[in-house]
Amino acid sequence: MTAIPGDRLIADITGTAPATLRSRHLLGIDGLDAGEIQLILDTAEAMKEIGTRSVKKVPTLRGRTVVNLFFEPSTRTRTSFEVAEKRLSADTLSIATAMSSVTKGESLLDTVRNIEAMAPDMIVIRHASSGAPHLLARMCRSTIVNAGDGMHEHPTQALLDAFTIRAHKKRLAGLKIAIVGDLLHSRVLRSNLLLLKTMGAEVWTCGPATLIPAGLERLGPRITTSIDEAVEGADVVMMLRIQQERMHGHFFPSVREYFSLFGLTSERLRRAAGDVIVMHPGPMNRGVEIDSEVADGASSVILEQVSNGVAIRMAVLYLLAGRDTAGNEG
Amino acid sequence: MSVTTRLIVKGGRVVDPATGTDGMFDVLIEDGVIRRVGKDLPVDGAEIYEVPRGAVVAPGLIDIHVHLREPGQEHKETVATGTASAVAGGFTAVACMPNTTPVNDHAGITQFILKKASEAGLARVYPIGAVSLGQKGDQLAELGEQKAAGCVAFTDDGHPVATALLMRRALEYAGMLGVPIIDHCEDPSLKGDGVAHEGYYASALGLRGIPGVAESLMVERDVSLAELTGAHVHIAHMSARQSIRAVRWGKDRGVRVTCEVAPHHFTLTDEALEAPIKYDTNLKMNPPLREAADRDAMLEGIIDGTVDLIATDHAPHHADEKMVEFDRAPFGIVGLETAVPIVFDRLVHTGKIGLSRMIALLSTNPAAVMHLAGGTLAEGSPGDITVLAPDMSVTVSAAALRSKSKNTPFDGWTFRGGVAATIVAGRIVYRA
Amino acid sequence: MPQVMDADRMSRALTRIAHEILERNRGLDEIALVGIRTRGVPIAKRLARSLKEINGDDVPTGALDITLYRDDLMRLPVGPQPVVRRTEIPFSIDDRKILLVDDVLYTGRTIRAALDALIDFGRPRAIQLVVMVDRGHRELPIRADFVGKNLPTSARQSVQVRLQEIDGADEVVIEGEP
Repeated sequence: MTAIPGDRLIADITGTAPATLRSRHLLGIDGLDAGEIQLILDTAEAMKEIGTRSVKKVPTLRGRTVVNLFFEPSTRTRTSFEVAEKRLSADTLSIATAMSSVTKGESLLDTVRNIEAMAPDMIVIRHASSGAPHLLARMCRSTIVNAGDGMHEHPTQALLDAFTIRAHKKRLAGLKIAIVGDLLHSRVLRSNLLLLKTMGAEVWTCGPATLIPAGLERLGPRITTSIDEAVEGADVVMMLRIQQERMHGHFFPSVREYFSLFGLTSERLRRAAGDVIVMHPGPMNRGVEIDSEVADGASSVILEQVSNGVAIRMAVLYLLAGRDTAGNEG
Repeated sequence: MSVTTRLIVKGGRVVDPATGTDGMFDVLIEDGVIRRVGKDLPVDGAEIYEVPRGAVVAPGLIDIHVHLREPGQEHKETVATGTASAVAGGFTAVACMPNTTPVNDHAGITQFILKKASEAGLARVYPIGAVSLGQKGDQLAELGEQKAAGCVAFTDDGHPVATALLMRRALEYAGMLGVPIIDHCEDPSLKGDGVAHEGYYASALGLRGIPGVAESLMVERDVSLAELTGAHVHIAHMSARQSIRAVRWGKDRGVRVTCEVAPHHFTLTDEALEAPIKYDTNLKMNPPLREAADRDAMLEGIIDGTVDLIATDHAPHHADEKMVEFDRAPFGIVGLETAVPIVFDRLVHTGKIGLSRMIALLSTNPAAVMHLAGGTLAEGSPGDITVLAPDMSVTVSAAALRSKSKNTPFDGWTFRGGVAATIVAGRIVYRA
Repeated sequence: MPQVMDADRMSRALTRIAHEILERNRGLDEIALVGIRTRGVPIAKRLARSLKEINGDDVPTGALDITLYRDDLMRLPVGPQPVVRRTEIPFSIDDRKILLVDDVLYTGRTIRAALDALIDFGRPRAIQLVVMVDRGHRELPIRADFVGKNLPTSARQSVQVRLQEIDGADEVVIEGEP
């Protein structure tokens, strides 16, 4: 008789995850408690399976309109959201603002209000200013999903990172997780830090002293400028992208020196735990923060992160869509 | 509008630090000038204004750091609306900043501002001229001519005086003219494109930070240059604890340095950026709200005398301009109508300072620092009086502000202490 | 709470259904079981065991979560969202006879959702429906092919099928006033 692998999930029914998210928006990991994070991850499990079918679609968000408003260029995240929306049968509309009214000087609020006149159900927004989604959540009617705001948060990235870690390590609590790179400017860092601390992981952050944000210790991590110390015995090593333009702010002298002090090489990786996984939110600068041998090596789960991104985004959209307001029949 | 040549302000407790007066007296104003302070003054057909019970009669309050925005930015404020806001806040006089459009770097603009003030007929207006042409930091403006036109001080506020050399020359030149240079202290390279105080909250919210040292470094420069030139430098809107230290160090050595703090810098901290509303642009100003240790240093300085006066840095901005992403919002909040309630509630009623010190901070010292007539009820002084109501309950309503702009972080806050009436040149220009 | 079936009766009902399945389908050729989450899944497992005992062959068995296909999903008032669980159908359903298995057949909407879901997985030759309890009150033209017990109920009542694997005991109970 063929076993039903999913049966062991029946035990999850009595688990601690709540059945709904408290907020009607996803503006950040800040504000999500451990139960809600678990709910999103568990829902993503179910969503992941849909991507393995031949008909990769469910009718759940049929008739709903989701607008992807990307003020910063992004292929990966935008595509990921689009695929997630289409798999849920939502109507999706992507606006890349290079070609829009924003270049004519229209304010963010006006841009969104014009879009709202066409009654979207949800707006997925990526913006270069921290707090832009929060402004929209205060002033507009739609459900807002933060796809990355300035240097502040990138919640779906942290969720897909946690999902990936959980898939390999079966848990988050008690793991040693090293996050290395431009800590000052990284929204991926902030979201991951908040999530991993909430879920009980031990986080080590590492980067040049010039790129360590003031007050970082208050968010809970261990902080070091030595990548060897950070990676020592780590279960997960997460490399952040370094922007080469940072050289102009005197943050570090050259890409070459950055790589020599902070780049993840196979040698450095050997200090980590035997079953370490290597992650990167992408896009990678090969030879700057990570060398190709590691990026393409056996420990790397970077491509899995990308595919998990769709499942996580489907889970988020599903959970938020069910919380829709009186604007729609609900 | 009636013209009263004789007004008796009756029944109040007169507190005038400049003359050491504190007692129940009547004040007679005649032809716009203080004629007598005494008991049971003969009426002789004068108009009588009986102050409310418990009111304090003080020399007219003076705010030496106000942005009236006219010429050129009338959508934010005009001289008329700004002076209306001033008298509603209890201020009988304001000194206005030159970062208008065009910049007030020549006499024509100064005269324009004075004319508008006279037409409005409310608070007195003392223009402050730009140190450099266009405030660009390249070339000295015609300070002599500007002074003759009516400027009482010079600043490039909005920017620091660009170089040590320019600051030195400006101090020497202004010193010759007997007026202070006011500096907006900030090292541009350290400030960068920062929008909030560099600290935990800016990091958590992903906002670029401005360290306190960006301000104090410039304060230290200016104190040293004031020492070198023997001239008077006034440090605008202090916010960092390191700046208080630098001013104290200068004063201890006998340098002619004075400084001001705005009410928000001794009341709020950067913690407010996170709650109750995240990224509220009504909390964005320059210098930014800093951490608790800085706010506490401002309070200490106010109590121990390092801080000479309180000035609001009233910076009106139109709602549309503020209703944007935090990064893009202009710096500044209004303050004329909330200053007195805040000073009462947070300084006097908490026992940190007494009434006399409050009036010194808001009237006596601003007049002294800027060499203005007023700031006292001595006979012959301008007939400017602020009738304070120490126990009045004031609930701030942004919508009800007389300023054209409503960008205040105190909307809905309740304070104990307010203004009962404002009298300029013997005319009651505001009554609660 | 009035018990309408005990463990013994449930077991005999399933055995009877297994025999009926074999009879009507003339054997187990091309047959596969798909249990509807949550309680349809253990019932499907038990049926598979029964069928193997009688007939000797393994029957492919899968689990289907129909949450994302429900017609009332986005119409619920704000509150707990139905939890989504994994669907696991590790075999092709094309050209097979699929036996959908559920605990209670009531309005028929769950089955409608299950049919929609199955169609996305492939094109079965036929779909038959197995339920432990049919309590009437259909809102859609859906009927069960194999029924453990017909149970007339009123709309005010609720029927619960409890299973050892999930609830710790086997029984069917009915709650509320007729």
